[in-house]
Amino acid sequence: MSTRSNAHKLVTHAVLILLCLPFVLPLVWMASTSLKPETEIYATAAPANALEYLGTLLPARPHWQNYPDALRTVPFATYLQNTLILCVANVVFAVLSSAVVAYGFARLQFRGREFWFMVMISTMALPGQVTMIPVFTLFRELGLYGTFLPLIIPSLFGNAFFIFLLRQFFRTIPEELAEAARVDGASEWTIFTRVMLPLAKPALATCALFQFLHTWNDFFGPLLYIDDPDRYPLAYGLQQFMSSYGGKWAQLMAGACIFTVPIIILFFFAQKTFIQGISTTGSKA
Amino acid sequence: MKRQLTGYAFISPWLVGFAVFALAPFLISIYLSFTRYNIVTEPVWIGLGNYRNLFLHDPLFWRALVVTLKYAAVAVPLGVVTGVGLALLLNLELRGIAVYRTLFFLPSIVPVVATSVVFLWILNPQIGLVNGLLKALGVIGPNWLGSPDWAFPSLVLMSLWSVGGSVIIYLAGLKDIPLSLYEAAMIDGAGPYHRMRHITLPLLTPVIFFNLVMGVIGAFQYFTQAYVIMNGTEGPNDSTLFYALYLFNRAWRYLDMGYASAMAWILFVVIIGITLFIFRSHRRWVHYGD
Repeated sequence: MSTRSNAHKLVTHAVLILLCLPFVLPLVWMASTSLKPETEIYATAAPANALEYLGTLLPARPHWQNYPDALRTVPFATYLQNTLILCVANVVFAVLSSAVVAYGFARLQFRGREFWFMVMISTMALPGQVTMIPVFTLFRELGLYGTFLPLIIPSLFGNAFFIFLLRQFFRTIPEELAEAARVDGASEWTIFTRVMLPLAKPALATCALFQFLHTWNDFFGPLLYIDDPDRYPLAYGLQQFMSSYGGKWAQLMAGACIFTVPIIILFFFAQKTFIQGISTTGSKA
Repeated sequence: MKRQLTGYAFISPWLVGFAVFALAPFLISIYLSFTRYNIVTEPVWIGLGNYRNLFLHDPLFWRALVVTLKYAAVAVPLGVVTGVGLALLLNLELRGIAVYRTLFFLPSIVPVVATSVVFLWILNPQIGLVNGLLKALGVIGPNWLGSPDWAFPSLVLMSLWSVGGSVIIYLAGLKDIPLSLYEAAMIDGAGPYHRMRHITLPLLTPVIFFNLVMGVIGAFQYFTQAYVIMNGTEGPNDSTLFYALYLFNRAWRYLDMGYASAMAWILFVVIIGITLFIFRSHRRWVHYGD
């Protein structure tokens, strides 16, 4: 029995490792290309067999020079700074405004509450394409085209998905806590900031993480609104790099690593928030 | 009265945002869809002109609709099957399973633009990883992204690479299935196949349903990957002319904003239609445990 179950385990491991390869190899290849000199990348000598080919996947010796070279070809450091500015502004604004609105929907009694909540939920089904042209015209009329503001201002008004998540969370907090503060004469605002917000930290962290990833990844916003190369965020800068310097694979992969590695590091630091956040997304259905 | 005001004060940020960034643009875009508008000069009313041109005189519109529907019909179900399959495997009790979970999950957090750039590189016909491996095995690989036959399947493959996020959702769904059900089934003598067929899969249907709906809605807004990979073009023989890409090109390359607004409205109606259709069908195949 035990040898049989051991063999069973071994087969399962083998299957998992084999299935893993297509998921892992592209990442390995991205990192290894970023460390190869151009001559190695364009080496045309055909490998004799599959094993020899696998041997060429890793660089003969790491060629770190690609990174400073990439930073000189386009200002990736500036792009990174722009991305960070956008991320910080959007995370702070979206999380705070969503929390305020979510508290209103979760804990305050007022006429029309259910109606407005339904309206808010239905806006999630509205595709961005429908609103993008009038919103673009508005920002253009305001003279904000080319600045970061069109990519930040919408966050000031709350995000429907975050409001939904936070409302669910606020509803689980016992009413007695708020009631006790109310008896002591605290205003709703004080109850919200002093009692509710500190208790909602895990849910706020989930929203902050989602917003951070969204802004970090956002390509469409900068594509519409940013035309000055000094204001490109990483997502847009990387695409521009690719379309202008097509054949420089090593530098392009160095850029892709600069763009990807921080997210992977973030994942290892905030694994629980990642996994729980994604799981809740699915179970709200 | 004061209570009413406090409530509205709290939701006021969203109310203002709703009026400015959703309701007003929503109404304006209906109006724009009946005009010729290039952003620089005032819109000119042309009645149903845009819709007539779209349906009767624009083969690219139909092409874009077909490409997008094909993506929704191929990539989304494939994603569900792959996601559920991997989740079942990763749900096994095995030493080191957490490491495998992480490895399958990582690609899904790689930023979309980075994923696209990496796939452009691994699918490079001369010196890319995929054709290199194929050559080592004695097979001449196709010109993936440059070929009308392979460009579309390449994008489908790329979407499967990022399936890890949905695997997490399926795993959470699997964990929610009560163990007692399996124990009862085993006492009744049900084998692994029957447990899968009559317990696991039926109880997973709500999660599958959720991923299906999100996947189909996502397919209709599929843009960045196609745009980055094809550098803004429609791909070989228009094979990757996705709806959102064509809409974008109409609006921003040709400054045909009225036409693009009409396209956006058709998109909206199609999304609502398909979502309602899936919801209709859902009573027939989605089981809720309690």
